[in-house]
Amino acid sequence: MEVVKIENVTRVYQIGKVETQALRGVNLSIMNGEFTALVGPSGSGKTTLLQMIGCLDQPTSGRVIINNKDVTTLNRNQRADMRRGTIGFIFQFFALIPTLTTYENVEMPLLLNGHTAKERHERIMELLKAVDLTDRANNRPDQLSGGQQQRVAIARALSAKPSMILADEPTANLDTENGKQVMEIMQKLNQETGVTFIFATHDPRVMSYAKRIVTLHDGVIEKDSLAK
Amino acid sequence: MLQTFKMAFRDLGRNRRRSFFSALAVAIGLALLMLMSSVINGEMGNAIQSAILLQSGHIQIRAQTYDANKSSLKWEDLVENPDQIASQVAALDQVKVATPRLFASGFLSTGNESTGVQIYGIDPNSAANDPYRQGILSGSFLTADDREGLLIGKPAADKLHLKAGDQVNLSVNTSNGDVLEQTFTVRGIYTTNTYGFDVNTIFMPIAKAQAITQTQNHASTIFVLLKDSSYTDSVVAALKVSPNLKVLTWKDLNTLIVEFETMANSYIGIFFMIILAITASVIVNTLIMSVYERTREIGILSAIGMRGSRILGLFLAESSLLAVGGVIMGIIIGFLGIYLFNINGFYIGNMGITGMLVTNTIRAKPELNSIVNVIIMTFVVTLLAGLYPAVMASRMQPVEALRAEK
Repeated sequence: MEVVKIENVTRVYQIGKVETQALRGVNLSIMNGEFTALVGPSGSGKTTLLQMIGCLDQPTSGRVIINNKDVTTLNRNQRADMRRGTIGFIFQFFALIPTLTTYENVEMPLLLNGHTAKERHERIMELLKAVDLTDRANNRPDQLSGGQQQRVAIARALSAKPSMILADEPTANLDTENGKQVMEIMQKLNQETGVTFIFATHDPRVMSYAKRIVTLHDGVIEKDSLAK
Repeated sequence: MLQTFKMAFRDLGRNRRRSFFSALAVAIGLALLMLMSSVINGEMGNAIQSAILLQSGHIQIRAQTYDANKSSLKWEDLVENPDQIASQVAALDQVKVATPRLFASGFLSTGNESTGVQIYGIDPNSAANDPYRQGILSGSFLTADDREGLLIGKPAADKLHLKAGDQVNLSVNTSNGDVLEQTFTVRGIYTTNTYGFDVNTIFMPIAKAQAITQTQNHASTIFVLLKDSSYTDSVVAALKVSPNLKVLTWKDLNTLIVEFETMANSYIGIFFMIILAITASVIVNTLIMSVYERTREIGILSAIGMRGSRILGLFLAESSLLAVGGVIMGIIIGFLGIYLFNINGFYIGNMGITGMLVTNTIRAKPELNSIVNVIIMTFVVTLLAGLYPAVMASRMQPVEALRAEK
């Protein structure tokens, strides 16, 4: 099944009087369960494309279809609902809420989706086990290492059982060992749960995990290939 | 909901000092409002109370033609057979006391000093004159048959260098327009702690006042005190007086105070608004800073699917927690302030307003109604102040918020 379909998407940013074309007519289709890397140099448009897929931004023209639904016509609240139900995010900076514990950070999407306390607890413990952070449940982000924080972010992204996870440079702020660990966890979760992973990166080590590599250059797809 | 308040509480805890001082600003604002409203309430109550007890009474019965400003002594301007009318009025249930009084103007002089005075001819035995009796500083109060004694207020006594027992000359206007002069003995020096009254009011027995002004068996007014102010209208309705007399209430007789109270209330309204505006700007400032510092967090919350309304709720929860904390502190500081204020009262000396009787010490008198009002006002204003930063947070575009440094 096709989870993402991008049709002729362009995105123009107006900064002062200067127009910048971040995307110049992108067409892309991503199937359920893929483990895909969007690669390319800085400014190639990979983060912008990820934000389009994530319903964080709206295209200037073209259509973005998620789970057979055209999201370009949705309003703010509908897009927020879409993100909450179907998309998990992992950012380059470890995007946790500093006042909440590991447990509470993972709990947040579940709370927003209206799960009961029992359901939340079971799901959180299951996820913390999967990312090997059960013993850190009551720590706040500032008491965790970068790698641990990124693992919490992965657990949070997965908590509401989204159909896809979008990761923007997930290893950029991690050392080799932690980066490897994070990628292995993502790969394992992809294989075990079948959730789609799309990540933007320019780290060759990350690319080596991908099954499909989409290369962007100056806002267009230059190459779309399956990994060897 | 609970989770929202938990998050809001922790967010405030991130910068405890800033949150504390913001709540303190609310607290000080509220405490000031409480103190101001209590002082005004105490002061206005005091002014009206003083005016009723010392000057106007609750009700006065006068001749239709009597002009209080001229202290007219013509027989047709006075009440005839005042004792008879007074005892009829006193027979009413709600009336505490009714007594005739005669007013005249005169001139008090010693060897080289002199001062204009208002002469009160009073019945020394009447309970209506207790406030004067209790205010005797030296010497003694009058007796009904005293024919040479008078009482003089402390400021006038100081001015004329008089003490109890001294002789003083009094020139008085009479009913036929002559001026009569006679030497009196200062029986006593009194104070009502009300400079505006004490400085120019002297007392003598009404019989003597009638004799010297040649107004036999006449009085300027029947002075009536009721058991409670609220009986005024019903007593007025019950009074049957002859057509040449008129009945005046304390409201008619103290128009200046009533007007002053209205004016004071509108000034206080402006003052309240200034205090609330300052408080609100502190809260707005705190929350705007908080929104800017947490821009990226707002982006994250939005990215994981939190709707704008919920982000709005989060920031409103913060301002409501600040409001609750501030109001609780404010109530404590406010009552403490009122208590400290009342230990000694606030001495204003003779800074009274001409025509108004103001005692020399101001005390705060908290009134439940106005205290509750200022508490609600402070709370609502603090919440409203939180609205702008909260709306700002809820309208942030997730992409831009995520791009922020913090």
